[in-house]
Amino acid sequence: MGQVVIASRLSDGRVVFLREAAEPGHAEWVLGLTDAEVAMADSRASALLAIGEADASEHQSVIDLYLIDVTEEGGQLRPTKNREAIRCFGPTIKWSPNEPSGSLPIEEN
Amino acid sequence: MYHYDEYDHALVKDRVAQFRRQVERRMSGELSEEQFRPLRLMNGLYLQLHAYMLRVAIPYGTLDARQLRKLAFIARRYDKGYGHFTTRQNIQYNWPKLEETPDILAELAEVEMHAIQTSGNCIRNTTSDQYAGAAADEIEDPRIWCEIVRQWSTLHPEFSFLPRKFKIAITGSENDRAAVRVHDIGLIMKRGDQGEVGFEVLVGGGLGRTPFLGKTIRPWLPKQDLLPYLEAILRTYNLLGRRDNKYKARIKVTVHEIGTEEFTRLVETEWEAIKDSSLKLPQEEADRIAAHFEPPPFRMLEATAKAEEERIDKDSAFSSWVRHNTVAHKAPGYAIANISLKPVGLPPGDATADQMDLIADLAEEFSFGEIRVTHAQNLVLPHVERERLPELYDRLAAAGLGTANVGLLSDIICCPGLDYCALANARSIPIATQLSERFADQGRLDLIGEMQIKISGCINACGHHHVGHIGILGVDRKGVEHYQIQLGGSAGEDASLGKILGRGFSANEVIDVVDNLVEVYLEEREDNELFIDTYRRIGQGPFKEKVYGAA
Repeated sequence: MGQVVIASRLSDGRVVFLREAAEPGHAEWVLGLTDAEVAMADSRASALLAIGEADASEHQSVIDLYLIDVTEEGGQLRPTKNREAIRCFGPTIKWSPNEPSGSLPIEEN
Repeated sequence: MYHYDEYDHALVKDRVAQFRRQVERRMSGELSEEQFRPLRLMNGLYLQLHAYMLRVAIPYGTLDARQLRKLAFIARRYDKGYGHFTTRQNIQYNWPKLEETPDILAELAEVEMHAIQTSGNCIRNTTSDQYAGAAADEIEDPRIWCEIVRQWSTLHPEFSFLPRKFKIAITGSENDRAAVRVHDIGLIMKRGDQGEVGFEVLVGGGLGRTPFLGKTIRPWLPKQDLLPYLEAILRTYNLLGRRDNKYKARIKVTVHEIGTEEFTRLVETEWEAIKDSSLKLPQEEADRIAAHFEPPPFRMLEATAKAEEERIDKDSAFSSWVRHNTVAHKAPGYAIANISLKPVGLPPGDATADQMDLIADLAEEFSFGEIRVTHAQNLVLPHVERERLPELYDRLAAAGLGTANVGLLSDIICCPGLDYCALANARSIPIATQLSERFADQGRLDLIGEMQIKISGCINACGHHHVGHIGILGVDRKGVEHYQIQLGGSAGEDASLGKILGRGFSANEVIDVVDNLVEVYLEEREDNELFIDTYRRIGQGPFKEKVYGAA
């Protein structure tokens, strides 16, 4: 369907996504995939990546930026690749006493 | 156990201060990510799929209660309430923040711990037998020599930029509980002709994409010659190890390419030159280190304990736990008690902060304050009075730590896999948890007996799949997780590398496949044969036939 810029926030390593800020050409990093900007055309995806990279080098905001493919399933955005889905939704197992497990049951493969 | 002297304290404190400044410079942009990355890795800080990951060294797997409480505190205060014990006796935190990592390292330094040399192409944490100083079959406590190696290898200037990472393991018994044959250097304590203690030296073992078992390059080395000999091996490797190809850079490939005989000759020649250098340890220095590992003041006890025996007679759960989780101790009336971190349905090797605190309390109450970490990702209370085993078991079981499966099918070694790891191709933890659920019945586990399943989520083999009786390797096949099965591996004194059974399976199929492999074993086994023995006797044929159908 489209592409999203994914990255790791420098300060804490958390997975973040890009959307263009109210001020054009500026980056805003969000924690939820649902708040990310989905680029429907390759040209827009490249432009978003460039905005992200400029922000990363100017503000030390994020590291390891790249584009991922996403699709819409039942009204919900979802990366097409397993690896990126796990990055978006968290570990798929019962992993912490304080946290729910992620939303990618292994049976789905 | 060993306690830091002023040099150790100063070194670790300086390192924390240095890293704090490096993090500040990174956050301000003074250092680029490219410049900073090797600096953070030198302090054990990786970037994984969801967050940073901090790997903290637990030298030769020995902890005291105060240290374990600190690990619990860090899990609670700086992470998400749990930690993961690894196959190299380290602990990993999966969610630390970069900006808080210097504080975590400062907390660790307070209890004589750090994350130095838990990453990078240097000599990593030297690992050992988790039963060191307690096992009935031990020749001598190997931790004395682990500590000597630790001091020699810490920030060793000549070996800080090796061709690739370098792992050493030492066992004090011929029963190998430290997987020494799959380490870059494996050391086995042995008696010489006159009964004096020394080491058999193995080199070039390793897993990963090209697995090899270590080769003996010296059947017996006097103890006091250990450091010059290790230095000779490292020098030979540092010169000859390949730097042109990361995948061919480990010493196992060096030894394989030039041959064991030639490699041995080069090491021995180098050793001759430095044999009597200042590296040769003076006896008083060896004695000084050894004094840190004096046995605790054991009480004089009867070999058998009434409370234990009475409870065994009337409680089958306790009886299973004693049978599988306790091991003979060298002191009469004592037992080594394993705490399984492999409960049904939960990730292997994980412990919550509350569990760590409880185990620290239990260590103080039952085991002279000592805890060990095993390469199989469990914990150990090494010195427990047999009379008090029922009380210990009840306290553990109440906290979900009483699983009676050490050495059994569900005691699975498993890497973090694609649930956490940036290198993984497939998930491994869900396979482990589903297997533990399938084989949750204690009667069935007992019937199957000793059995090792090891699972890796990629070819790097952190889950030791090459040396599992059943090894499972996760691969990515056109975006879908797939699992290859290997049979016949072993990491112990009878070490062997598993052989691939055939085509791989989907995640849904693999649990049934393991079940079928177990069924073949139960049908074919003779007397008290273990799975691995049956496999070695009958070969792959019957297993293949069951899984893939007749050819």
